[in-house]
Order: sequence, then C-alpha cells, then structure tokens
Amino acid sequence: MSQRQLTFHIFRYNPETPNQKPATQTFVLQEETGMTLFIALNKIREEQDSTLKFDFVCRAGICGSCGMLINGKPTLACRTLTKDLPTDITLMPLPVFKLLGDLSVDTGTWFRDMSLRTEAWVHTEKTFDPDAQEERMSNETALHIYEAERCIECGCCIGGCATANIKPNFIGAAGVNRVARFMLDPRDERDEQEYFDVVGSEDGIFGCIGLMACDDNCPVGIPLQGQLAYVRRKMALAGWKR
Amino acid sequence: MSQYDRFTSDVLIVGAGLAGERAAIEAATQGLNVIILSLVPPRRSHSSAAQGGMQAALGNSAMGKGDSPDIHFADTVKGSDWGCDQDVARLFAEMAPVAMRQMAYWGVPWSRVVPGKRIYDGVDIHEDPEKEGLIAARNFGGTAKWRTCYTADGTGHTVLYTMDSVVIKLGITVHDRTEVLSLIHDGERCSGVVARCLRTGNLRVYTAKSTVIATGGYGRLYGASTNAIINEGSGMFVALETGVVPLGNMEAVQFHPTGIVPTWILITEGARGDGGYLLDKDHHRFMPDYEPKKKELASRDVVSRRIMQHIRKGYGVESPYGAHVWLDIRHLGEKHINTNLREIANICRNFAGVDPVHDLIPVRPTQHYSMGGIRTNIDGMAYGLTGLFSLGEAACWDMHGFNRLGGNSLAETVVAGMLIGDKIAKYTKEASLNVSSALIEEHVRFQEDRIQSLIECRNGKENVYQLRREMETILSENVGIFRSEEPLQKAVAQLHELHQRSCQVGLRSGGKGADPELASALRITGMIKLAYCIAAGALARKESRGSHFREDYPKRDDENWLKRTLAYWPVGADRPELDYEPVKITELPPGDRGYGEASTGAASANR
Ligand SMILES: Cc1cc2nc3c(=O)[nH]c(=O)nc-3n(C[C@H](O)[C@H](O)[C@H](O)COP(=O)(O)OP(=O)(O)OC[C@H]3O[C@@H](n4cnc5c(N)ncnc54)[C@H](O)[C@@H]3O)c2cc1C
Ligand code: SF4
Ligand code: SF4
Ligand code: FES
Repeated sequence: MSQRQLTFHIFRYNPETPNQKPATQTFVLQEETGMTLFIALNKIREEQDSTLKFDFVCRAGICGSCGMLINGKPTLACRTLTKDLPTDITLMPLPVFKLLGDLSVDTGTWFRDMSLRTEAWVHTEKTFDPDAQEERMSNETALHIYEAERCIECGCCIGGCATANIKPNFIGAAGVNRVARFMLDPRDERDEQEYFDVVGSEDGIFGCIGLMACDDNCPVGIPLQGQLAYVRRKMALAGWKR
Repeated sequence: MSQYDRFTSDVLIVGAGLAGERAAIEAATQGLNVIILSLVPPRRSHSSAAQGGMQAALGNSAMGKGDSPDIHFADTVKGSDWGCDQDVARLFAEMAPVAMRQMAYWGVPWSRVVPGKRIYDGVDIHEDPEKEGLIAARNFGGTAKWRTCYTADGTGHTVLYTMDSVVIKLGITVHDRTEVLSLIHDGERCSGVVARCLRTGNLRVYTAKSTVIATGGYGRLYGASTNAIINEGSGMFVALETGVVPLGNMEAVQFHPTGIVPTWILITEGARGDGGYLLDKDHHRFMPDYEPKKKELASRDVVSRRIMQHIRKGYGVESPYGAHVWLDIRHLGEKHINTNLREIANICRNFAGVDPVHDLIPVRPTQHYSMGGIRTNIDGMAYGLTGLFSLGEAACWDMHGFNRLGGNSLAETVVAGMLIGDKIAKYTKEASLNVSSALIEEHVRFQEDRIQSLIECRNGKENVYQLRREMETILSENVGIFRSEEPLQKAVAQLHELHQRSCQVGLRSGGKGADPELASALRITGMIKLAYCIAAGALARKESRGSHFREDYPKRDDENWLKRTLAYWPVGADRPELDYEPVKITELPPGDRGYGEASTGAASANR
C-alpha cells in the first residue's frame, strides 16, 4: 500500500480562552496501514500538540462518543479509516451540542435532558416480585424493541438536522426514536395521550421537516425514517382525539 | 484556603457502569441521597460494549434444561481454578436469576425462547413450547449448561441503557466528565474524594458517609487491550495510594486470543468456531502442530499461549504495531461470512480495512479482563478503610479467582450492585459524616501542588506519553500470557525505574483548564503502580493457575499457592508489599477442572 501524507485541518477553540477566536489548525501526518481517525488523532496529540481535545471511549463504534464532522459529514471518527478519505481531511465538532473544546462536544448533557423530557423509562404500575417467573414476551417484540434501542446517542442525526440546528429544544430523530422504543414496549403502560404530552409538539415530532438527513447519517443504521413516520402517525391520531 | 466546589451526599458512587449504577439505584430506593461520578456520560461506560451476555441459571432454553444455581456455582469455582471465595460464588449464583428478571421488569429486551426446532452445530434443538417467551440463553464456553442471557448482539448496551433509565427516573445526581484523583481519608475511615472537573479543570471535593469505587478494569495498562480507552484502573490506584487498602490478585490478567490489529477490538470466537484457521507469516496453519486434537478450538488461554509461542519463534508477521498472526476465514465463502459472521466482517471492514472474504485478518492475543482489584469482603467493604466499598471489575470480591468465565462479569456487576448496594445502604443509615476541614484542605492542597509542579515542570520534563508507552511495552513483553522468572524480574526492575521517572513528568502543553495532557500526567504514576503490583505478584507466584501461566512452574500448586495475593503500597514507599490470605473453600474441594490442559491451568471461555 502506498503511504500517503495526510493533511488534517482541525477546528480549534478553547472555551477557557474565549478571547482567542476559533481557528483551523493544520497538521501533517504520514498514513499507516489500517489507520483510523482514532489512531491519527492520538498520534497528533501525542507527537504534535498535546492540548488537542477530542472524545473516544470504546474506539469500536459502540459507545457513540466520537461523532464529529468529517469533511462535512457527521459520523463516527473511530470507525473511519483514513484510506477512505482524500489526503486533505477537515475535522469539525458536531454542531447543536455545547462545544467543550476543539472536537469535543457535550452530547451527554443533551441526551440526558432529552431522556428526562421524554421520560424515557418504562412507566408501569406493577411492582417487581423477586420470587415470580419473568413476564413473557414474544421474541419478535423483543427484537423490535431492540431495533430502536440500538441508538448509541452519538448525535450524528442531530448534528446534521436542519431543525435541530435552528431550534434548541427540538428532540430530533434520536429523541423521536427513543419515544418509539417505549411506545413499542408492552411493559410501558403510557397511553397515547400521555405520549402526546411528551412528543406531540413543535419541539417533538411536529418540528421535523422530513428531509431525512438523519436517516442518511445514522452510523448504526436505525431506520429513522420509519420511526419518525410511526410516531407522527400515532401522534397525529392522538392529536385528533384531543 | 483553596478554591473548590464542594458536594455532600449520603453515598458517593465513583463509576457509572453497570456496577456503579446498580448500587446507586439500591441506595437511592432505600431513601439515601446519592451522587454518581463518571469520566464520561454513564451510557458511554465500558459496560455498554459487552455483546455476549450474562449468566444466570434460569434453565429456560432447551440446552439449559435442568440448570440450577448449584451447577452455575460449580462452573464458576472450576473456572476460577479454585482461586475464588466460594461463599461469594454461591451467593452470586443464587441471586443471578433474580437480577436478570429484575432487569426484564425494568425494560431490557432480552432475547426470548422461541418454540420449535433448529439445528446448532449439527445438533437438533427442540425448544419447549411451555417456555415460550421466557428469557432465552445462549452457549458460552466453560459452562455445563447454556445459561447466558443476551439481547441479540447488544447485551451490555441494552442492560446499561435500561439501568441508566432507572437512574434518570429516580432523579439520581450524576456528574459526568469528572475524574476522581484521590480518596479523602485519615488512615481509618474514608470520607469522600478529591476530583477534577474534566470540563474546566477545576478541583472539587465530594464528601459522603460512604464512598463506592466501581471504576471498572485496568485493561489499558497493556497497550493492546479489548477494553475502552478509559479503563485505566484509576479507581484501583486511588485506593492503593491510601497505603492501607490492598489490591487482590493483581497478577490474574485474562487474555483473549483474537484482538484485531491494530485497534485490538475483539473478534469473537465464532470465527474459529465456524472453521477459521490461524496462519503464520509463511501462511502455515500452525495450531495443529501444537494442539493436534483441538487445534484452533483449544480453550482460549491455550490458543493465546500457542500464538505467542509461535510469534516468539520468529513466525509472526511484522507490522508497525508489533508482530501478529493471521486469522483466515476466506474458505468459509462469501455467503457464510456475510450472514453468519456479519458482525466480524463489519469489524474487519470498518476497523482494519480488510475484507475477510478476500483478505486475511491480522490478530494477536489481547488483554481482556482484570480479575484482580480492590479487595473487599463478601459485603463489598474494602479492606483497610471503613466507609469504602467497591464492586464490579474494579473489585476483587472475589468470585472469579484466577479466571473469569464468559458472561459472569456482566452478571456480577448487576448481582453485586443489588446485594452490595443493600449493604451500602444499611451501613450508610447507621453512619455519620464527620470529616474535619483541615483533612479536606490537606488532601486538596496535595493535588493542587501536584498539578502546579506538573505545569511548572518542577521535578523534570519526562514526557507522559513516552512513559506510558514504555509501561505498556514492559507489561506486554514480560508480564503477558507467558511468564517466567527472568522476564518478570526484568519487568519489576524496569517498572521500579519507571515509577521513579513518573515523579519527574513535566507538561509541554501548559496544563490550562481541562488540558488532556494534564489528565494523563495525573494518572501515570498510579497506573505504573498498578503495573508494578501485577508484575511483582506474578514474579512471586511460583505456580500456574487459571490465566496466570508460569513456564517455569507449569502446574497448579495447591499446597503452597491456594491463596490470594494482597498488594499494598505504603505511603511514600517506592515499591509494593505483598501479603497473602487463604481463599475460602466451603463446598467444592480443589480438583480437576475437567476441560483443557487441566494440569497447566487451562481456562475456558472468557468473553
Ligand atoms: C470487548 C468486551 C466484551 C465483553 N463482553 C462481555 C460479555 O459478553 N459478558 C460479560 O459478562 N462480560 C463481558 N465483558 C466484561 C464486562 O464488560 C466488564 O467487566 C463490565 O462491564 C465492567 O463493568 P463495571 O461497571 O465494573 O465497569 P465499567 O462499565 O467499566 O464502568 C466504569 C465506570 O467508572 C468510571 N470511572 C473510571 N475511573 C474513574 C475516575 N477516576 N473517576 C470517576 N469515574 C471513573 C467510568 O467513567 C465508568 O463510568 C467484556 C469486556 C470487553 C472488553
Ligand atoms: S427528517 Fe426531521 S429529524 Fe430528520 S433531519 Fe430532517 S428535520 Fe431532522
Ligand atoms: S439515532 Fe443514530 S445517529 Fe442518531 S444518535 Fe442514535 S445512533 Fe446516533
Ligand atoms: S469511540 Fe465509541 S463510537 Fe467511536
């Protein structure tokens, strides 16, 4: 494999020094076989600029920490191979989320707030009996829930969403998908009206303008288009009944 | 007076993985005020990465029929190579089914029993229609029955998300991007922690009646690890640095044969199970030379050992990331690879840029799990300090002994969280918080001073990343899968020197605010101390047990070594001190493990 020389254009901003304007800094790195952006960014930090901030945790495409704009596209840095990119690589932090510095954004706070606002937990009046057998569920239902639950909260769908970029409280496709996950779950005893209260608004499902950037950007391939349609249908009906 | 924010709670939990969150829920539902700290948002914790599953003897699946806590207990003890405390293993096996059912009640979409017939590995399996819709189980090595509960390929993800949804529902306070630097204690009682905010770099003080360490494993001491990059053992070294809390069995380190090079992501056993081969640099299939009967499917620690043996003989493939071997699944064909081995194929394509349909996969044995950790009693109380608890991978509770069985670790986090969480709650209700401000001030000043001297390069200009790479290399080369006197001595000597050099680290970055180099620099000495405990423990233990394999002492030696290592690091000392205690044997006397090369301490599945 011919070894290329890569030029990284990386967004730099440190909230600790607000007087210093955001800027793009250039780093040059020799490409190696099998190099991912995880490897490249660590090399840059360890060998060229030890102040560079970015977030990786699992480095395996599982935890959702490393979403960023890679040549303009929101995606996971850890599973992006440099060989699939041109020699000039531009890295920017995801928009919408609070910027913590350089490529690091506060997705954690955003997603927690979304979970609170959508009350993203099983609502039930039943109590747990440690001596009883578990309640049955069909495997099909379980897989259906899992399909929605696979979201890793990386924020790529949010970063690329036109509505989320202009409306700070819009819960985005990830938020709608989270609600769909509980709607599908027979253990959750909320009725449609109760769901309407958490997503039946302009900050919820009715804020979505349906251009489907989210669906294209989801790195785990959650069928967001279908989930948005499902929740919209249910909530439109529930809205009628009000 | 120093400037810092101060927070107080009844219970302070350090770590928002499954273990920490489950304990937090238990304490909070008993009416206590709880704060959880975490380096990262809870759902990013390493627990989310576990795909395989968690063991509990529910016995719903056809291949789990007749399973019981008794059998689960026996598997766990054998798996541990009799290194575990049997009263703990018993408690664990009894409670695991309840813990799984509770997770189902909270919302985990467990895979469920589907009635009917299917073929697995040439065997007909008939699922019982009576059991339809109950929690299903899959096969994991080292177990007599199929008892590993799972959700498709995302067990850790779904269980952690569900657990965290309960934490959110209960309104438990979580401070993420917060790193604990040290424990506040007076040599007898632990009263909280000094932490650093990773958003601003500011120091904070958290005081509590009880402090709980659930910070996960230390995989990242070995550069090549399947663990998340935040698994740096910081909870373990803050406990060790008190001088009075010992770490148990640090030399017990588990390796998995096939981590993909160079990102060390786990390639599951499925690849070899379905007929994948291991090849050397000459494309020679070498496993049959060593293990004519089981070949690639010998137990995981055996395969790991053989790969390293072969690489050492000079048959490894050189790469910028060190020597490796190849995993070849090309002969299985495109259809099989893209359907039955889809996850593996995706990992290969996304992370190594190779297509296993046409290319060889570069693999090498990789650190995977830390059996050792903060030594606690059966109630989760750490030795040495009252008010300090530990659980999960950070702890040596000790149900894993010298080898953890696949699926037993996730199960441990939830079971221990439930049981130890209850003990924490009981303890806390009786306890009071009285910690002098002078003591707090002393601990804060110590950290402030450390930070200042790193920034000013007061003690030298050692490069933290350089030291870290040296530590990783020392461990990987000398305290790996094969161990023997000479390399271990070398490792101890080199780590001794490295420890001293780590006191001379200086920053290049200026260390302002949430500077990442400062964060690494604050960790390096503690990490090297852990590495030292691992190497020193391995040097002292002159036998082979579970994952600890001494070439010069290839047999298990119950007469002299049926005991647990306790590593202490007295304050101001320049090396660890080792002590020992017997393991608790209540039901199952030491015997043959009944699989693998029993005499050489072969282990079983360790996903
Ligand atoms: C690839 C892989 C696959 C696995 N698959 C399985 C499986 O299928 N079945 C199984 O049983 N086991 C499996 N394991 C093992 C299992 O995942 C772990 O042992 C388990 O998840 C550990 O959970 P924990 O709660 O103890 O720690 P973690 O989930 O690691 O959580 C640690 C927490 O501590 C926090 N923390 C750490 N240090 C600090 C600090 N200084 N200050 C503040 N917070 C801190 C972190 O932010 C994090 O929230 C697997 C492991 C790996 C590596
Ligand atoms: S379809 Fe809706 S949620 Fe998706 S990107 Fe467009 S506006 Fe955002
Ligand atoms: S829905 Fe997809 S893109 Fe959006 S946060 Fe979840 S995983 Fe990321
Ligand atoms: S680091 Fe976890 S998804 Fe990229």
